[in-house]
Formats: sequence, C-alpha cells, structure tokens
Amino acid sequence: MGAGHGAGAASPRILVFSTANISDPGIDLAGSQHRHYASTISTITVPCSSSVQPRWIVYALEHGFDGVFLAIDGDECAYLPDCNARSSRIAAQAQERLRELGIALERVRMAALCSVCSEAFVKHMDEFAALLAALPVEVAA
Amino acid sequence: MENEEMTTPTTDADRRRIGVYICHCGGNISDFVDVAAVRDAVAADDNVVHAETTLFACSDATQHDMVERIQRDGLDGLVVASCSPKLHVPTFRAVARRAGLNQFQYTQVNIREQCSWVHSDDRPGATAKAAGLVRAGIGHASLSVPLEPVTVATVPSALVVGGGVAGLRAAVGLADLGLGVTLIERTDHLGGTVGGLGAMFPSNQSGRELIAQLVAEVAARPTITVRLETELVAKSGTFGNYEVGLQGPAGTDPVTATVGVLVIATGFASYEPALGEFGYGIEGVVTLPEFTAMVDASSGPLEYRGRPVGSIAYVYCVGSRQPGGNEYCSKYCCTATAHVAVQVAALDERVAQYHLYRDVRTYGVYELLYEEARKRGSVYLKYADDEPPAVERRGDQLVVTARDTLTSSDELEIPVDLVVLVTGMVPAENHDLTKLLKLPLGSDGFYNEIHPKLRPVETVVDGVLIAGVSQGPKTVSESVASALAAVAQSGAMLLKGQAELNPLVAVVGDACAWCGACASVCPYDAISSVEVEGVAVAHIDPSACKGCGGCAPYCPNEAIDLLGVTTAQVEHMIDGMVGPVREEVLVS
Ligand SMILES: Cc1cc2nc3c(=O)[nH]c(=O)nc-3n(C[C@H](O)[C@H](O)[C@H](O)COP(=O)(O)OP(=O)(O)OC[C@H]3O[C@@H](n4cnc5c(N)ncnc54)[C@H](O)[C@@H]3O)c2cc1C
Ligand code: SF4
Ligand code: SF4
Ligand code: SF4
Repeated sequence: MGAGHGAGAASPRILVFSTANISDPGIDLAGSQHRHYASTISTITVPCSSSVQPRWIVYALEHGFDGVFLAIDGDECAYLPDCNARSSRIAAQAQERLRELGIALERVRMAALCSVCSEAFVKHMDEFAALLAALPVEVAA
Repeated sequence: MENEEMTTPTTDADRRRIGVYICHCGGNISDFVDVAAVRDAVAADDNVVHAETTLFACSDATQHDMVERIQRDGLDGLVVASCSPKLHVPTFRAVARRAGLNQFQYTQVNIREQCSWVHSDDRPGATAKAAGLVRAGIGHASLSVPLEPVTVATVPSALVVGGGVAGLRAAVGLADLGLGVTLIERTDHLGGTVGGLGAMFPSNQSGRELIAQLVAEVAARPTITVRLETELVAKSGTFGNYEVGLQGPAGTDPVTATVGVLVIATGFASYEPALGEFGYGIEGVVTLPEFTAMVDASSGPLEYRGRPVGSIAYVYCVGSRQPGGNEYCSKYCCTATAHVAVQVAALDERVAQYHLYRDVRTYGVYELLYEEARKRGSVYLKYADDEPPAVERRGDQLVVTARDTLTSSDELEIPVDLVVLVTGMVPAENHDLTKLLKLPLGSDGFYNEIHPKLRPVETVVDGVLIAGVSQGPKTVSESVASALAAVAQSGAMLLKGQAELNPLVAVVGDACAWCGACASVCPYDAISSVEVEGVAVAHIDPSACKGCGGCAPYCPNEAIDLLGVTTAQVEHMIDGMVGPVREEVLVS
C-alpha cells in the first residue's frame, strides 16, 4: 500500500498522541477557551507518551495521516522518571522505519505540553501544519 | 453503506452489538457539528446496532434510555460522543454497570472540547472530524473486552497537609467518619492565616477564637495525631495504601505512616507588592494584612507610628486582576476591606475613608457590609483599569492621585495619613510538595481540581484531594465547605474498605520468548519470568502494574499490549479517523 502525502494540501492531517492526565487537559483547555486549530487534527489518548509504539506512528503515516505529534509530559510524567528519554527513543525508532519507507522524518514531531498549555498547543499545531504543507509529495513503495 | 469494501470482513459471530449516542450538548456541539450527519455516517457500521443523537447525553432521562436500550438490544458495547472524558466517564461507566454491561466496554469520544469548540468556524470540517472520532470510538469499543477492576484493601486513615482552618476542619470531619488522621503543619503552630485574625466577616467572630475552638475539637479526638514543624517528604504505594514519609523538626528522624488518602490544605500567601508598586516602601503605605492587624490591636482611635490617623485611602486589586501578572480576582479582599472600614468607623467615626476600587465584589450576603461601610461614611471611587491611582509622598504628606470614572473626569488629589494596599492571595510556596505529589497547577498557580463543579476536590492523582485556598482564593466559609467536601469524598473512597485499581494494565501475549527487556525497564518491578509448560515467559502482576505502557515499546517481539490502548485498537482508531474517503485515495 502506498502513502500519498499531498504537497501543499491546505490542511494536513495530524494525529496527536496525548497523555490522559497532562496534555489532554491542556488540549481540552484550548477547547474551553475556544482557540481554533485545523479540523484535520485529531487526538488519541494514551496514559504516557512512553507507551506509544513506534509502529503506531508508522501505521498512521502509512494510512492517511500527514504528520504525527507526540505530546510528552517531560519532567511532569507521573509514571516514569526517564519519560523524556523513552519518548525520544520511540520517535527515533519510528523515524528509522520511515527512512526505510522513504517518508520524511519531519513528519514525526515531539514536544512537551503541560495541562494548561492551550496556547502552546495551538501554536505547535499551526507550525507543524505549515511545515507539513511545505513538504514534497512522497509515494512510498 | 459508505465504506463497505473497506470494512474488515466480519462474520456474524464476531460482529459486535454497539450502541452509539451523539450528544448535542444543548447547542454546544450541535451548533457547530451536524450531529445527525455524524449519526448517519456511523449508523450503518457492521458493529453498530443502534445510533442516535440526544440533546443531553448526561441527563437522567437519556441515561435511563441507555440502560433500557443496552438491556433490550443486548448491547455489548457503548459509545458516547459528547464532552471531555474528564467529566463523564464515571457517569457512563455507571450507566453500563446499571445495565449489566461491563463498564470497560464503554468508550467516550470527545467531540466538544476537541471538536465543536475548536472548529466553530468550520462546520463541514468539524462534522467530518466528529464522524472520524466517532468511528474511532466504535473501532475502539469493537475490540473492548470485559475487565474487572483489581480490588485492594484500603487503609482507613488520612494524611492532612496544612493546619489552617481548612486542614483543621478536614481533620475533625475525617475523625468523625471513623478514619485515623495525621495532621501535619510546617510552622510551629496551627491556624494558618485565620489564627492571626481578630474580628472577621461576616459575623465578627474572632479568627483566633475560631481556631482555638477547632484546635480543642482536634485535641478532643484521640484518633487525630498532630505533627508540627513537619513536612511530607516521600510518598509511595497506590491509592488506598500510600506510604508517606514525614520529616519533623531538624534533628528528628523521619517517620512513616500508611494512609488511604491525602488531603492537601496548604493555603496561600498574601501578595507582597514590589517596592514602588502603588508607593509600597513609602512610610505610611501598608498592606491589608498589616492594616487588619493594626485595627485588631487598637482599642481607641487609630494611630500609625505614634501619630493619629485621620484619613485612609484603600487601593484595591493590588496583585490581583493584573493582566500579565496574577489575572484572577482574590475574592476575599473587597469584603475584608469593607469589613475593616466598618471597624475603623466604630473606633473613630471621624476618620475619612476613600476606597479606590475597580469593581466592588462584595458578593452575596457580603453586599450588606458594603452598604454598611458606605452608611458609615466610606467613599467609593472607581478607577479605570488602565489608569491606576498613583501614591506619592510630598514632604510630610501622602497624596493619592486618581480619577473617579463614575462622577467626573477631573483628576482628584487626595491627601491622606495612611494608604492601604488591598493585596490579594497568591499560592503558598510549595515547590517540593507539588513536585513530590505531581499535582497539576492551574494557570493561576493554585492546585487544580478535575472539574470545578463535577469533581471539585479531586485531583488527577488518585486519592489526593485538595481543600481550602490551596485550590484558589476562598473565604473562610468557602474553605470550610471545600474541606468538608474533601472529607465526604475521602469517606466515599475509604469506608468501603477496598479500592478498585485501574484494570487497564499491560499484558503479555504469545509472542514472548523471555528476554527480560521489559522487566528491566519497568520501574515498578511488575514484570517477572514464569514458566508456562516448561518455557520461560514474562508475567505482569496486575496489582503492581501502573498501566503506563512504558514496557511495551521495548519488547523486540511486540508481545506486550496495554489494555484500553492495544495496538489493534489504535490501528482501528486511526482507520476510523482517516475514514472511508481517505482510504479510497490510499487504495487507488
Ligand atoms: C488579611 C486577611 C483577612 C481576612 N479576613 C477574612 C475574613 O474576615 N473572613 C473570611 O471569611 N476570610 C478572611 N480571609 C481569608 C482567610 O484567611 C482564608 O479563607 C483562610 O485562611 C483559608 O484557610 P486555609 O486553611 O485554606 O489556608 P491557610 O490559612 O493559608 O492555612 C494553610 C496552612 O498550611 C500550612 N502549610 C502550607 N504548606 C505546608 C506544607 N507543605 N506542609 C505543611 N503545612 C503547610 C501553612 O503553614 C498554614 O498553616 C482573610 C485573609 C486575609 C489575608
Ligand atoms: S475581591 Fe475586590 S479587591 Fe480583591 S481582587 Fe477581587 S475585585 Fe479586586
Ligand atoms: S505498563 Fe508500566 S508499570 Fe506496567 S509492567 Fe509495563 S512498565 Fe511496568
Ligand atoms: S520484552 Fe517481550 S519478549 Fe522480552 S520478556 Fe518482555 S514480553 Fe517477553
């Protein structure tokens, strides 16, 4: 199956993996404050960003998403003291696989997002969407 | 149906019977999302036997309908697309339980905070996204399995952190429920701010007396242990069974205690103005706490540094409602100032009192105090948000310059003997405690509850409750009300004697060929090797596993799944979000 990532598409599809206790409240807060972002952005909730399996990221990019964003808890993670390093490892492993598939590594992004980071979330989304829209088309083998 | 060729072929036997409810939320959702179109987009799904829109999914009537529907149609999955899961997961889990459906076969979909409210400018986009999210929810529910919560025995005791009015009242209430209480206070005395106050609004009761009464109540209950000069320094274990480490005065050994819940009542600090802020630092410029102490100590006409005080200007909202600073209203200060002005008038009715305010927020019954202050001669002048009063000393004279927006546009120069800066509340310094408990802070820096109305004293950390001003500005009666709410919640959690642990833990599948990688990365020692038919495989202890999922990405065989977010569920959700349209593009 091929992944068609459209160049210049007005609103790239972005999948956000977000944590239930920390970044989800931040993303929900963007809603309570009625801050707008593109409707092509959707979220899947996980307990901890360190539970995201690299193959999920690859699967999303192969099945129609243009970008995957990992919202991580950084030092705030309630589960794992080394959560940052673990999440980075997951992103790197996903990127390794993307390289083999000929998919741009920039399609995976990661940033810390706190429980009141509503403005930061929207900014991340706007920036990521702009970056994805500028990437060249790829049709992986 | 729209995506027939895309659906994984299912035999009747593995088709699910899922009911889907799509909520209008009054108009919060349906004003921006075509909920009927969303229903139509999912109604024909192989696994869906019933889909409907509803005005309020959480209403009693709809909950009742859901129970009936689940029973009548023999549903084995429930999807509710409404608000954030933070609000109503407990509500709909209870619906499932009442109907005899396993509560973990219900899936919540957030089409309000994460859809209608953020795409209110894009109805087609919001509708398409909502349909994708609901399809994802159906995909998730279609792979749900019945799960039973692991139950553990709970300890019938609580730790209360902070010995102010909220912490003291909580301790008494908890003891009266039959729970053992350890109350720790970091200073060498109980009472917090109230312990230092004289007559308080609204009833003129003395703060010192109120605290003395509460301390006597505490002393009368042998099941309460008070530890002064003590802080919480360690916490481990799980909800219902926390082991806490308490560090007493320097030189003493730390002690440990086992408690079921923690009530955090660490209060606040008064805002400390910067030097020069409204003249702070100039002689004769004092803060509200300094002034109430002065008035409390006076039995005759007021004096400041040996000189009589004949006129006072109060500058309101210092350190509160400041754009870019503390943006919130501190709530107690308008009323405390009206109250102290009435006391000043009672000491000496000739004192001229000028109140330079932005808005008078003497809410509810406190309005009467505002009336009384005015009757007794207080003059209220409203200054504009962008034109705060200036305070300066000219020779021997303090002068406040302000413009009253309600009466004239002329600038007023008011010579006064004393300026009182009506300072607000700021969070108490508690960096270490916040970090230790991983408590989330709101944008105001106070501790954050899960929901201000629905779950007002619970935090996202299981079994850690908040009370009093630690949560945000409150009066004494509001602080006590929240303390009692924390007591009731603690009772609900502990009096059953057992707690349910989250059953959404990691599980090991057939692909495991014991390599130990997962065990070495689990910080909770939940993974060990067991022999199954002579072969070593990994085993995860469900009562030790926290459900973080951190082990799964380390398994070279991808043998570990986290219940609730299994790889198959995530892939179904991704398929659902992308939807039939995009899939056609992909396949072509
Ligand atoms: C000048 C002034 C006048 C007021 N007048 C009135 C009035 O007339 N009527 C009214 O209703 N309200 C009044 N208030 C508001 C009232 O003071 C508060 O509502 C009340 O103090 C809140 O109680 P609390 O227990 O939440 O916090 P606090 O009073 O702040 O008590 C918190 C306690 O926790 C302790 N603590 C903090 N951190 C830790 C830690 N890490 N470990 C252990 N202990 C810790 C503190 O030392 C303190 O003893 C007034 C406030 C001020 C500033
Ligand atoms: S209660 Fe009054 S003085 Fe205090 S912050 Fe609110 S408006 Fe300002
Ligand atoms: S999910 Fe987390 S706590 Fe559970 S076994 Fe894996 S690493 Fe340990
Ligand atoms: S990492 Fe995977 S294969 Fe290795 S022991 Fe754990 S579950 Fe088994």
